[in-house]
Amino acid sequence: MSPLFQGVLTVVIGVGGCIGYFWTSNLVLDKVLFPPRGPNAGRNINRANAIRPWLFLLPAMLALALYLVYPVFGSFWRSLFNRAGTDFVGAGNYVALMGDGEFRGALFNNFLWVLFVPAAATFLGLLVAQLTDRLKWGNIAKSLIFMPMAISFVGASLIWKFVYAVDPDIGIINAIRDTFGMAPVDPLQVGFWNNFFLMVILVWVQTGFAMVILSAALRGIPEETIEAAIIDGASPLQIFFRIKIPQIMGTIVVVWTTITILVLKVFDIVYAMTGGNFGTQILPSYMMEYMFRDDGRATAVAFVIMIIVLPVMVWNIVQANKEVR
Amino acid sequence: MANLKLTDVAKVYGGQVEVLKNIDLDIRTGELIVFVGPSGCGKSTLLRMIAGLEKISSGTLEIDGQVVNDVPPSERGIAMVFQSYALYPHMTVRENMQFALKIAKVSKAEMESAVEAAARKLQLTPYLDRLPKALSGGQRQRVAIGRAIVRDPKVYLFDEPLSNLDAALRVATRIEIAQLKEQMPDSTMIYVTHDQVEAMTLATRIVVLANKGIAQVGTPLDLYERPETEFVAQFIGSPAMNLMAGEIVGTGPTTRLRLHEGGGTIESGVPSREEDMGATVNVGIRPEDMIPAEGEDYAFRGKVDIVEALGEVTQLYFEVSRTGEETDTIIAKLQGIHTDIRGREMSLTAKPSKVHIFRNGVSLLYR
Repeated sequence: MSPLFQGVLTVVIGVGGCIGYFWTSNLVLDKVLFPPRGPNAGRNINRANAIRPWLFLLPAMLALALYLVYPVFGSFWRSLFNRAGTDFVGAGNYVALMGDGEFRGALFNNFLWVLFVPAAATFLGLLVAQLTDRLKWGNIAKSLIFMPMAISFVGASLIWKFVYAVDPDIGIINAIRDTFGMAPVDPLQVGFWNNFFLMVILVWVQTGFAMVILSAALRGIPEETIEAAIIDGASPLQIFFRIKIPQIMGTIVVVWTTITILVLKVFDIVYAMTGGNFGTQILPSYMMEYMFRDDGRATAVAFVIMIIVLPVMVWNIVQANKEVR
Repeated sequence: MANLKLTDVAKVYGGQVEVLKNIDLDIRTGELIVFVGPSGCGKSTLLRMIAGLEKISSGTLEIDGQVVNDVPPSERGIAMVFQSYALYPHMTVRENMQFALKIAKVSKAEMESAVEAAARKLQLTPYLDRLPKALSGGQRQRVAIGRAIVRDPKVYLFDEPLSNLDAALRVATRIEIAQLKEQMPDSTMIYVTHDQVEAMTLATRIVVLANKGIAQVGTPLDLYERPETEFVAQFIGSPAMNLMAGEIVGTGPTTRLRLHEGGGTIESGVPSREEDMGATVNVGIRPEDMIPAEGEDYAFRGKVDIVEALGEVTQLYFEVSRTGEETDTIIAKLQGIHTDIRGREMSLTAKPSKVHIFRNGVSLLYR
């Protein structure tokens, strides 16, 4: 069977199956289970309407249970077993993680990522949003800054590999050093700071996201409150920090936490740039290192990541809901 | 505590679109001036120019004898109350009122006492620590007024402050503003509205804006009793003044007029000159000045088309065909209850002192 035919067939079966499910289940509900006829017509209509939303939610809930809830428990269960998955080792994998210097290093690096990337991306995004707000060419500037969002992390890493290249004819950093007569260095091998050189890539990608959301939030601030502040004698800086920022605080938190969650998931950049060498390991790339070699330990790392993400996620959702209200 | 002087002020957008021109206005200390006019006449723009939120394209604005065209809003000694209240949503009522003083680095004790005093004046003391979103519309508007009072400005600017309130609250807040003005007799206030009841009840003087300029300035009753143009005559008062085509048939200290429609004649208290004899004019009578007439001395005769019985008054609508196709409505507002007059033929007249005469749109009183 040709792949094209397979694809078309999948689409037809999928879409047709969805339509078929919703149509027949609705029909059964209305015609067979609770027909709007007979002595109990009114009661039947109410019951059918009470059941209908569940009918429509059912496939999504099943899919979520299968692909989200089950894997959580499955992973946790797997993380309690040894490398081959044959012997129950209890918290053994977790104890081993704690004892592993590389894991502790990854944990510390991840901590740096979580501190730096969301802060830098949100700050730069806010700065760009405010600075381009009233500019004629603001939209062009914003489009340019947003563009990296469209690049995959691996693609972005490749671009930055050129930036960091040791050869002064390729890497801009070493080209600059070269003009000042300095010897070339490999930024990715500069201890500790190389973490930040990797983070810059993610900041570069995510600033566009922060900028777009915050730009919309800034525009949503009622113009009158700013005019009132002008009349009250506030300077542009005071207006920005005391009138604008507090009014978009909710959005800033949502952007910040969204990027934080993303940071805890990104492994591609480290994987593509250094492979976790030179002290740049972070949790997701550490997990990748063990995956397929020792699934017990890899799932234990996955679980640690999930525990770290969970509170941020909850806060993010709470804030986002507040914004909608 | 200041007088304002606008000299030949104009506003032009983008070098082409003229919004206001030739605005000359003298506002004295302690006056409450109301800008009224149809929507889009530039009344809010004029207010924002005084506030400093819009640039003055040409002409000068003086506050207390000092030209302030290029003085930033905060240094003009003005405070503004916005239609949408414009409260800072993240600050409590107290912080909202303190904000300007904090920016001006006023001492804490002074700030507290100013806020307390303003809150007492506006009955806001129990709400000082609430956020704006926990207040009703009327309370929010009072906070906005409080924020203005705290700054102790020379001039208060109100931009349609009651438009966002419901009808009952609007009346209550209007009375509060009137009382506030009484408590601060020396403060100068400029108030923009499209509601003529607000204009009539609050104003020391009303400025009617139309056609990019000032149509008339005067006390509320001045505008009502002696409108300068047909526009002002029809803009002030509700329902609008009836205008009927006619001709001058007798001149002197009082004027005799013959109406084209219906052919009646009527006396007006407006004096006229001999050369006015035979001139085509518009005769203006307010609906509430119309009285039933007997005999040949009537301003208008027609069949009652619609009757609106409001108890206190009865409004009669007469349909008049004017120049063939065009139809126009004449309205009469009679005191008390009148039943069974629908479809009846009726003659109406008015006292000579209530009959206005306009020639080419301008009252004969002002020439």
